[in-house]
Amino acid sequence: MKPMGTEEKLGVDKFSVDEGNAHIIILKDTSSREALKKCVIACPAGLYTMKEDGNIGFDFAGCLECGTCRVLCAGTETLSWNYPQGTFGVEFRYG
Amino acid sequence: MSGDIFDCIIVGAGPSGSIAGYLLAQAGLEVLIIERGNFAGSKNMTGGRLYSHSLEKIIPGFSKEAPVERRVIKETVTMLTGDSSVSLDFQSELLGEEKKDSYTVLRADFDQWLASKAEEAGAILASGVRVDDLIIQDGKVTGVIAGEDEMEADVVILADGVNSLLAQKAGLKAELKPDQVAVGIKEVIELPANVIEDRFNLNPGEGAARLFVGDCTKGKIGGGFLYTNKNSISLGLVFTLSDIGTEGLSVPQMLEEFKQHPAVKPLIKGGKLVEYSGHLVPEGGLTMLPKLYGDGVLVVGDAAGLVINAGYTVRGMDLAIASGEAAAQAVIAAQEKGDYTAPNLAHYKNLLDNSFIMRDLTKYQDFPIFMENHRIFKQYPQLAVDIFKDLYLIDGNPLKPLKKTALSHMKKVGIVNLLKDAWKGGKIL
Repeated sequence: MKPMGTEEKLGVDKFSVDEGNAHIIILKDTSSREALKKCVIACPAGLYTMKEDGNIGFDFAGCLECGTCRVLCAGTETLSWNYPQGTFGVEFRYG
Repeated sequence: MSGDIFDCIIVGAGPSGSIAGYLLAQAGLEVLIIERGNFAGSKNMTGGRLYSHSLEKIIPGFSKEAPVERRVIKETVTMLTGDSSVSLDFQSELLGEEKKDSYTVLRADFDQWLASKAEEAGAILASGVRVDDLIIQDGKVTGVIAGEDEMEADVVILADGVNSLLAQKAGLKAELKPDQVAVGIKEVIELPANVIEDRFNLNPGEGAARLFVGDCTKGKIGGGFLYTNKNSISLGLVFTLSDIGTEGLSVPQMLEEFKQHPAVKPLIKGGKLVEYSGHLVPEGGLTMLPKLYGDGVLVVGDAAGLVINAGYTVRGMDLAIASGEAAAQAVIAAQEKGDYTAPNLAHYKNLLDNSFIMRDLTKYQDFPIFMENHRIFKQYPQLAVDIFKDLYLIDGNPLKPLKKTALSHMKKVGIVNLLKDAWKGGKIL
């Protein structure tokens, strides 16, 4: 199998994105840099990215709803984290 | 159900929730199962393999009816370095014996089947509904809140998975700690059934399970897995979150490297990615056990952290099913008395204490700590490969006695470390 980028892999999955209604929001970036940097490494969907200006960006579309970022940022008040509204988000057809 | 009050509301239609719903409905209770996904299983993912014993007890002969993938008859553990691998392979008819058998599964199909069994028994399944909160009155859970809707029940079973925000809201569970959970990522790679059978030396219907340790996680705590399904391969990695750093290769990048490893690449050659998924695995064992019950509430399955990672096996679904069964039994007993307070629901804990769940969790209680040892993930795979290299690499140069070369490789790890780890590992397992 040829190497594939994460974005390309997510393209294979089925999502119903709740546009304009993010279920995960970065509340504070600078105060919890270490935790967010770990999210850049650990997020299976690669949704946390180090931006050129040094801030960490996040895109909720493509979220696999695992909770890794929630646990890594627990206790830092960095994230507002919830599951997507019912029917929205990823829909595993294999699982 | 009296008025608009259900006898029991179950949050989550995974294996634990559906089994609880199935048994409660069979006993004549009015049961509502609420699932946030569009269908049962649509938010769930497993490595994955189901050990049959606990479901076999509840639905005898289930594997003939359920959408299982393949019956596992071959187990392989492989230690990896960057360019080499050493494997231990166990194949036996015994692996397929009734109640000892295990099956590879894909959850979208499997969970739907199990939820349909609950529905057939009379449970109501409400899909596409996210439960936001619990109704708690005077410390007793009396129902759930989903958006604008409030639904009441005599008792609520929380089967809402590893993150279980609801068990936290009920005050039963502390926030997960990074050393208690691992992130799992997986690709489902489509291949024709005959190709899978040829590649893994299997007969139709038979399956292989493989675990990998070493280079696949770049020496970090975790490992790789491969399970053969009917027409696909489940391939993935698991990393303990406490060992995740702030730089280096990302988890998705490590999966890509794993796929390109010479020991893995030929196994998935020509395959087509059909799904990419991620999930958390509770791996803390007994140390992360929450309070399992409260007034009007019980916690089951992954939500209660009921997973055993013994290194060479990882089990969750068989525990989830047995915990759903125990919760159902406790609720049925509570209904007979008309008392859903914590002291009465403690029966659930008693049932778990006297089952394989607590027996096995107790047996492996020190294992998560033992696994927090980087030698297992770095030095030992290297040691195994070094010894085998000496045995099999023949280039005409004078051969050194194995005893001498093996000893020199062992010295790199440290003989004391080796003995210590062997002793500790032997004691725990």
